[in-house]
Amino acid sequence: MRFLSNLVTGLGLGSVYAIIALGYTMVYGIAKMLNFAHGDVIMVGAYIAFFALNRFSLPLIPGILVAVLGCTVLGVVIERLAYKPLRQASSLAVLITAIGVSYFLQNGAQLLWSASPKMFPAIISSGALKIGNLSIAYLTLVTIATCIVVMICLTLFINRTKTGSAMRACSEDKDAARLMGINVNGIISLTFAIGSGLAAVAAVLLCANYPTVTPTLGSMPGIKAFTAAVFGGIGSIPGALLGGLLLGIIEILSKAYISTQLSDVIVFGVLIVILLVKPAGLLGKKINEKV
Amino acid sequence: MNTNETPILEVKELGIDFGGLTAVNDLDLAIYNKEIVGLIGPNGAGKTTVFNLLTKVYKPTRGTIFFDGKDTAGKTVVDINKAGIARTFQNIRLFNNLTVLDNVKTAYHNNIRYSPVEAVFRLPGYYAKEREIEGKSRELLEIMELGDFADVTAGNLPYGAQRRLEIARAMATEPKLLLLDEPAAGMNPQETDDLMRMIRFVRDHFEIAVLLIEHDMQLVMGICERIYVLNYGMLLAQGLPAEIQANPEVIKAYLGD
Amino acid sequence: MKNSKGIFGYLLDSRHRSRTISYTMVIAAYIILEVLLHSGSLSNLFQGLLVPATCYLVAAIGLNLNVGVSGELNLGQAGFMAVGAFSGVCVSGLLAGTLPAIPRLILAIIVGMLLTAGVGFLIGIPVLKLQGDYLAIVTLAFGQIVMNLIMNLYVAFDSTGIKVSFVESRFDLEPGGKFLINGPMGATGTERIATFTAGTILVLFALVVVYNLIYSRNGRAIMAARDNRIAAESIGINIANTKMMAFVISAALAGAAGALYGLNYSTMVASKFDYNTSILILVYVVLGGLGNINGTLISTVVLFLLPQLLRGLQDYRMLIYAVILIVIMLVTNNNVLKTKMGSLRRKKA
Repeated sequence: MRFLSNLVTGLGLGSVYAIIALGYTMVYGIAKMLNFAHGDVIMVGAYIAFFALNRFSLPLIPGILVAVLGCTVLGVVIERLAYKPLRQASSLAVLITAIGVSYFLQNGAQLLWSASPKMFPAIISSGALKIGNLSIAYLTLVTIATCIVVMICLTLFINRTKTGSAMRACSEDKDAARLMGINVNGIISLTFAIGSGLAAVAAVLLCANYPTVTPTLGSMPGIKAFTAAVFGGIGSIPGALLGGLLLGIIEILSKAYISTQLSDVIVFGVLIVILLVKPAGLLGKKINEKV
Repeated sequence: MNTNETPILEVKELGIDFGGLTAVNDLDLAIYNKEIVGLIGPNGAGKTTVFNLLTKVYKPTRGTIFFDGKDTAGKTVVDINKAGIARTFQNIRLFNNLTVLDNVKTAYHNNIRYSPVEAVFRLPGYYAKEREIEGKSRELLEIMELGDFADVTAGNLPYGAQRRLEIARAMATEPKLLLLDEPAAGMNPQETDDLMRMIRFVRDHFEIAVLLIEHDMQLVMGICERIYVLNYGMLLAQGLPAEIQANPEVIKAYLGD
Repeated sequence: MKNSKGIFGYLLDSRHRSRTISYTMVIAAYIILEVLLHSGSLSNLFQGLLVPATCYLVAAIGLNLNVGVSGELNLGQAGFMAVGAFSGVCVSGLLAGTLPAIPRLILAIIVGMLLTAGVGFLIGIPVLKLQGDYLAIVTLAFGQIVMNLIMNLYVAFDSTGIKVSFVESRFDLEPGGKFLINGPMGATGTERIATFTAGTILVLFALVVVYNLIYSRNGRAIMAARDNRIAAESIGINIANTKMMAFVISAALAGAAGALYGLNYSTMVASKFDYNTSILILVYVVLGGLGNINGTLISTVVLFLLPQLLRGLQDYRMLIYAVILIVIMLVTNNNVLKTKMGSLRRKKA
């Protein structure tokens, strides 16, 4: 029973990672860049949600919507100002710029809102669902359910809509997509918008589970979710889900059964083992160079 | 060609499948010392695939490749070069950020060696070996008429010079067999003429065998002593240039029905 | 190679211009700073920055070999610094009573360097099987693993010998026994034996190693493997070996830098060497120009000092640093902006 309950807790944490990982993987799939600042967009989302819910006492759903809107705008603005001018530059140049954006957001947040932690309000009643001996916190259920809803909506959007197929076209071959009349810049902006909007959702879930809001709150979950995206095969949306859930489960199980201090060692160790066995991640595609 | 001699390269029943698709099938080839042999065929006939098989970029599905009397099964790209096969690439692959001279020097990696310790601490071995590498590299650049470009960054070379540099670099590995993949592609007739002269000189001077893929029939008929014709991954014909030119099957493959 | 011309002829040869500039810059900076130090015109704050600056220089020179010359993105350089730092601290702590400071420092740096080279080799075996972004994330993962492992490492010694333990910190130490590494608390009570002179010598050593390697058979092979893997293999270069050489030497230099760094502070925690530090060093290397050692020297010093110089702006300094970083990247990498800046410069002249 204890194992089962740990497993569910892991799924809950993994759901948060999965939603963050979606942001990384979509941006990588379309723009072929590692958006290091994604974790900090989560942080900004957390602050917006905090102020919306706490200061302005908005109800939960409008509060979350405000955070989603704020992050979406932030994501698009970052893309336009910092990444778009570097479309033709080396991936390393874009990476360093993303690191600069990350520093900017962290230090900007520290200036605006100070480094002292803020307590995120409890948004979901602390009760638990009891099935026999197993009790699952409502919060965990809501987290997992949100992840499922997000995944279903995103999959439908990518596979069933015209814009979705334009996105897939861009991730395959941007030049060909452009020749087919697809607005590639628009698609990239849209990708950042979706990824950042999801970051706000992840921020609320993250803070509901760990209710301290600080300017660096996004970095570690960001790195972990990035790992999850690579784990599942970066660029692959089902891969982000699988990678996120696995990472969450491994983290919680190793905390419960092996060692709290070494859980990060185990998480990163498993990543390395998986990449050695499957160099493009669990669901990634391997591309061979033509000679 | 002396048929009593053992060939330097002997390929038997070679074949490779990609997924369900057979790219090369049932191919027999024999190249003798100091020969210049052409490998021709329509686009998509599988010529470059043959080069990739010979150099172990691809692992054959069937058949054997004997080089210098030894089976090459299980060898890697690096092993094959060490054994004495060097190649150029259809889509030019130079070390674009290195100078022309350094491109050639790099290829002496296995033939003139010193340890990293000698390099880092600049022990006497380093200086002696570097002088030898530099001398030989410059000699190759002169042969390929690239002497004036020695200090130019390879990526900035004109197209024809890039192709010649690939040959110089391949020669620096001191091969017994040189594989040239469309060496004259993109060259004008004058450049092609010069290239023919250089290939002949390289063969005579270094006493090596050359197998070349080429679409330029002026070059193929001008320097190849024997020709293999590939079509749909299979051997269509082989023989002397005059025989190939007169072969109705070959003409049909090139011109269609 | 112009052996006969003597050392000056060699240094002035156009092919060695960049290394001549490097050595000149380092030695000139050293002399100026030493004069300022002895005349007492350096503030305490600035004095405290000298040794760390040399440490970052060495780590950055090493990383440029890995990222610029070998072309493999490495996000774990701080992990290698951590190995060097804590092994260096242990060596110095153990020999505190036996050896005077200078030979102890040298020995600590050598041990730190060799041990880190060994760790680099072991990590390199799996890491270098991967390419591109995957390789980057795995180096990041290894950096975090190394840091977390050291945070759970306990090393102590007393009259009965050295005691090492993992996660569990219970030692029965004899009187006079002492912790060298105390888990998350890190190394405490370290004797500060690092000096600016030692740091400068280490920078020069790193420069000699990296330059001599680049202009050699092995350096050419490393660059060939970076420029075109397939062509490099076709001329008989073993890609795995050349990549490993760059990776291990880069790690070894980070280890030496770490040892010096660790012996510059009385307390040192492993969390100092997290991925943020790795990224910091990477930023130095990329902004200085990949493969450009002089660029690395300048950008490391400038970027390391910049936050300190901006101290007057207090809370805004890191924000300004971030903006400068972004602007530099945009100006140097965007073709439109590049041309605009170029025409501005021409107008001025």
